[in-house]
Amino acid sequence: MARGEVLAVRQASVSLSGRSILKDIDFSLEAGEFCGLIGANGSGKTTLLRTILGFIAPSSGSVTIDSGGKLASVGYVPQKFALDPYMPMRARDLVALGLDGNRLGVPLPSPGRRRKVDEMLESVDATRFADQRIGNLSGGQQQRVLIAHALIRRPRLLLLDEPLANLDMRSVAGVVALLRRLSQEFQTSVLLSAHDMNPLLSAMDRIVYLAHGRAASGSTDAVVRTEVLSQLYGYHIDVVRVHGRVIVVAAEAEDDAQAAVAHDPVHVAQVP
Amino acid sequence: MFEDFMVNTWIAATLVAVVAGIVGFFVVIRGASFAAHALPLSAFPGAAAANLVGVNPLLGLLVFSGLGVAGISQLARRGRRDLATALSLVMLLGLGALFLSRTTEYFQAVYALLFGEVLGVSNADLGPVALLGAVSVALIVILFRPLLLSSVSPELGEARGVSARLMEALFLSVVALATAMALPVVGALLVFSLMVGPASAARALTNRPLSAMLLSGAISVVTVWAAIALSFISDWPVGLFVGGLSALTYGAGRSWAWAGERGL
Repeated sequence: MARGEVLAVRQASVSLSGRSILKDIDFSLEAGEFCGLIGANGSGKTTLLRTILGFIAPSSGSVTIDSGGKLASVGYVPQKFALDPYMPMRARDLVALGLDGNRLGVPLPSPGRRRKVDEMLESVDATRFADQRIGNLSGGQQQRVLIAHALIRRPRLLLLDEPLANLDMRSVAGVVALLRRLSQEFQTSVLLSAHDMNPLLSAMDRIVYLAHGRAASGSTDAVVRTEVLSQLYGYHIDVVRVHGRVIVVAAEAEDDAQAAVAHDPVHVAQVP
Repeated sequence: MFEDFMVNTWIAATLVAVVAGIVGFFVVIRGASFAAHALPLSAFPGAAAANLVGVNPLLGLLVFSGLGVAGISQLARRGRRDLATALSLVMLLGLGALFLSRTTEYFQAVYALLFGEVLGVSNADLGPVALLGAVSVALIVILFRPLLLSSVSPELGEARGVSARLMEALFLSVVALATAMALPVVGALLVFSLMVGPASAARALTNRPLSAMLLSGAISVVTVWAAIALSFISDWPVGLFVGGLSALTYGAGRSWAWAGERGL
């Protein structure tokens, strides 16, 4: 693994119950980099994140994380899950569980622990609702609390699975800006999956674009191009830039391929 | 109602209430009420079997609730937990029908196992009840943080190295221990109501996990004390009051939360 790299995925392939999900995925992340993992539903984003977390072993290739000698190397925000509205737990309790939720015993009051939790809540602008029940918070507020839970041990790498799904547009912008700021402040590399790249365009240092289990990676300008995506999909794709947004369109594809692309949320528009 | 023969009743019932309330906190936040209902019912054939073989009923209870835990966790690996729980339950209940058909003290025994013998606790019964209760509470205290994290989201736990499957198996084992300890005193049907009623009231009354767990234990104790007192005064069965008061505390908790949300 090269110097300065926090994550190196090398020629990694993953099969789940005999079905090939990911093929020869190859990319790396440097310290403090903000990377979007973009792809349609079913393109293998969650599988890739779970492989990096070590929940799934690659069938070939390797995934290496440079912990930099720190115990906490990876923080994780899973895909949106339903928080029980009646769960007796405040935002600050969930953040504290990020600090020492794996330890045995009941948490004893400690000024040091309290200060760390307060600081972390402050960093994600969650002080205002720190004492509210997590189940009663809005989607954007819950994401902030989950990000604080994942970051409180200052991991070198933060993985987020579709953190922008089901958020309103203002919350999306807020969460992206927050993650961009935190990645610089803590020098944490961020790998965030999304089916729409547009909210991330200004924040991303790098993009990993997944389609049909294969990936293209590099800067947004290098990857989100007609030639690169056409090769990735295996049929002609047009990349259209309008009003600062990127739209990926399947122009003259075979019927079944066109149908597949047309149903992808990534591909906002379709040529009639 | 504080006569000599009642002293053991008060002690045993208090121990059972504390344990059921504390274990019940996790039953409620994990959405495991069905497992908490099924384990005592699966365990009670064990007491019948022990009667038949002539060993301590507690041993039979422990073995059968252990079988219930093994059945639920093994079957749930490849399917839905509610189905796994239901299948384990019916298999063990089937055995219970067999054992009970072979015992001579049929009706009396079944009644005591289902509804408890809260007014007939002997000195010899107290030791095992206290021991099993202490072990259950100790396990909950030790597992508190990882179990809480895994209950909020198994995946968040896994990311912190807390195995969801291990937590589920350990949690069910604690429920089984609490069941074996409480069943001879309050009966198979009433253990469950003490595990669910007080805890669901407590979670409505406070936002803090640890406070909610302790409050659940406290509400459970008050419920049981009131039930015994009412039963003594009215001469109606204690089970009626345990079940009724559990439901009542739950209702009161929900109303309190409802009023709180509307700033009343």
